[in-house]
Amino acid sequence: MDGAFAPRVPAVDALAHHPCFSEDAHHHFARLHLAVAPACNIQCNYCNRKFDCSNESRPGVVSHLLTPEEAAARVLTVASVLPQLAVVGIAGPGDPLANPARTFETLERVRKVAPDLTLCLSTNGLALPDHVETIAALEVGHVTITLNTLDAETGARIYPWVFHAHRRLRGRYAAAALIERQLEGLERLVERGVLVKVNSVLIPGVNDAELPEVARAVSTRGAFVHNVMPLISDPAHGTAYGLAGLRGPSDSELEAVRESCGGDMRLMRHCRQCRADAVGMLGQDEPVEALLERMQRMETVDPVTAQSRRAAYRAHVAGKAATPASAACASECTTSCTVDCAPALRVAVVTEGEGLINRHFGHATEFLVYDTDGQAVRFIGVRKVENYCTGPAGCGDRVRALEGAVAALHDCRAILCELIGYHPWKALERAGIEPVIDYAMEPIEASIRALHASWSDAGRLETELQATG
Amino acid sequence: MSLAIVSNCIGCWACDTVCPNGAIRFGTHHHEIDAARCDECAGTYADPQCASICPVEGAIVDTLGEPLNPPGSLGTPQMFGVGGEPADPTGVRCPS
Repeated sequence: MDGAFAPRVPAVDALAHHPCFSEDAHHHFARLHLAVAPACNIQCNYCNRKFDCSNESRPGVVSHLLTPEEAAARVLTVASVLPQLAVVGIAGPGDPLANPARTFETLERVRKVAPDLTLCLSTNGLALPDHVETIAALEVGHVTITLNTLDAETGARIYPWVFHAHRRLRGRYAAAALIERQLEGLERLVERGVLVKVNSVLIPGVNDAELPEVARAVSTRGAFVHNVMPLISDPAHGTAYGLAGLRGPSDSELEAVRESCGGDMRLMRHCRQCRADAVGMLGQDEPVEALLERMQRMETVDPVTAQSRRAAYRAHVAGKAATPASAACASECTTSCTVDCAPALRVAVVTEGEGLINRHFGHATEFLVYDTDGQAVRFIGVRKVENYCTGPAGCGDRVRALEGAVAALHDCRAILCELIGYHPWKALERAGIEPVIDYAMEPIEASIRALHASWSDAGRLETELQATG
Repeated sequence: MSLAIVSNCIGCWACDTVCPNGAIRFGTHHHEIDAARCDECAGTYADPQCASICPVEGAIVDTLGEPLNPPGSLGTPQMFGVGGEPADPTGVRCPS
C-alpha cells in the first residue's frame, strides 16, 4: 500500500490524558509501565538486555518481571493512591508483541479492573501485523512503534539480527524485513483508528540525515506524532554502540534534527526515555520498589473509589486548562512556528508537575526549556541533569553536579524555579543565566510570558540580543 | 539429541516463547531444556528455534557442548564500525 492516509484527528479526550502523546498532559497525568514482556525478537545496537540497574532510567531496563495477574494487581495498588494515573502501558523489557500471550492477558485483566485507564503498547513493529486485530479489539488506544530508518543498509548498522518467520535474519535482509513489517503495522493500525506515535532514536553518523524522510513517511501513513529521541550511549551500559564509542547527540544536534523533522507533523519534545517498569509522572520517576514501599504507609482506597477520584482529578485538570493561545503554540507548532514567532528569549523552568514552577533548583533532575517571543511559548525540550542537592546525606559531588546544571542551561537566559541557594545563584549569574524566583508556584507558560514582558519593558531584551549578536 | 542452556542465560524467556515442543522451563537460576522433549527442531524448522532467537552468545550448546551462537556471531561492534561499512552486510553467517 502506498496510499496517503489522512492523519486521524483524535478525540480530545483520548489525548488529553496521555502524558506521552501530549505535552500538556504530561504535566498532570501519570503512567504505569507493566514489565510483563521479557522476550525480544530483534537486537538493537543501542540496547543491552543484560543490564539491569535500578538507578538507570532508559528503555529496555527493568528489575522484576510480573505475571499478568501480578501486573493487574499492581495497577489496582498504584491506582488506589495515585488519582493522576491515566495510562497503563507495556513497553518491555523486551518487545510486548514478542510476548503476545503475556501482553494480551495483562491488557485484558487491566481493562476489567480499571476500565477508565487508557491502554498503550510500545513495540519495534516486527510482529505488529500479526496482532493488529487483537490490539483493536482490546481497544488499545495508543501504540508506539520505534522506527529508526527506512533504508535497509542503514538498518544493518542498527540491527545486527531479527528473528522473523522462524529464522534469524542478519544484515540488510533483517532490516528490510523489519522495516516492511513496521510500515505495514503502522498503516493497518491507522486504518483501525489506533493512535500511533513513532519513536526514532537519533544515532549521529548512522541515521541522522534520514530522519526527516522517516518523519515524512510516517506522517503520510497517518502517524499522529513523531518522537526523535537522543541515543543513550555509555560504554558502562555495555551496548554495542557504547562499546564502539558512538556518542549520543548534543542538545543542539538533537534540536536541529527535530526542527528538520517538523514539517506538518506533531513533534514530541518531552520524552524522558523511561524504563519498562516506570511509574508516576514523566520526569519524576521513583523506583517502583520505593513507591510500593511508600504506598504501604499511605491511605489506600477500593477500586471504585479510586476510579471516582481519577474522574474528579481529570475534571479538576480540565477546569484549569492552559489558555488556548499557549496550548495551540506549545502543542501544535513545529518548524512553521519559527517564521511567525521568532524566539526572542530562551528560558528553562524547574517543575514537579501540575504545570507550575514548583521545584527548588537544587532538587531538579531535569530542566524544561522554552522559547518565547512574548506571545507564543514554545516547548523546546528536556535537559536531564544530576541534581545538585540530594539532602544532607547526599551532598557528595556538588561542584560537578552544579557544573553539569550550568552547562545544560548554556543557551538559556533565565532559569525559573521555586527557590535557589546562594552558591548556585552565583554560579548561574557568572554564566550569564539569571535565576528567577518571582514566579514560584505560578503556571509555567504565563510566567514565561510575564518574564518576557518585564524584560521587554526594562529594555533588557534588545540590549541582550544585541550583546549576543 | 537435544540442546542445553548454560549459565550465561539472562532469563529473557525468548526461547520459551518460540520452542515448538514446550521443552523449555525456567529452572533454578536460568532457563533449562528438557532433553526428553527437545529434538533440536529437526523436521519442524530449518534451524533450532531457541538458538535462533537467543540474544546471548554461547548460552545454548549442542550435545558436544559447542555453542550454537559462538562468540562474535550475534553482532559485535565490528559489524557496524564507527563510520565504517558493516563487515557482514550480506548475512554470510546466516545458517542457510
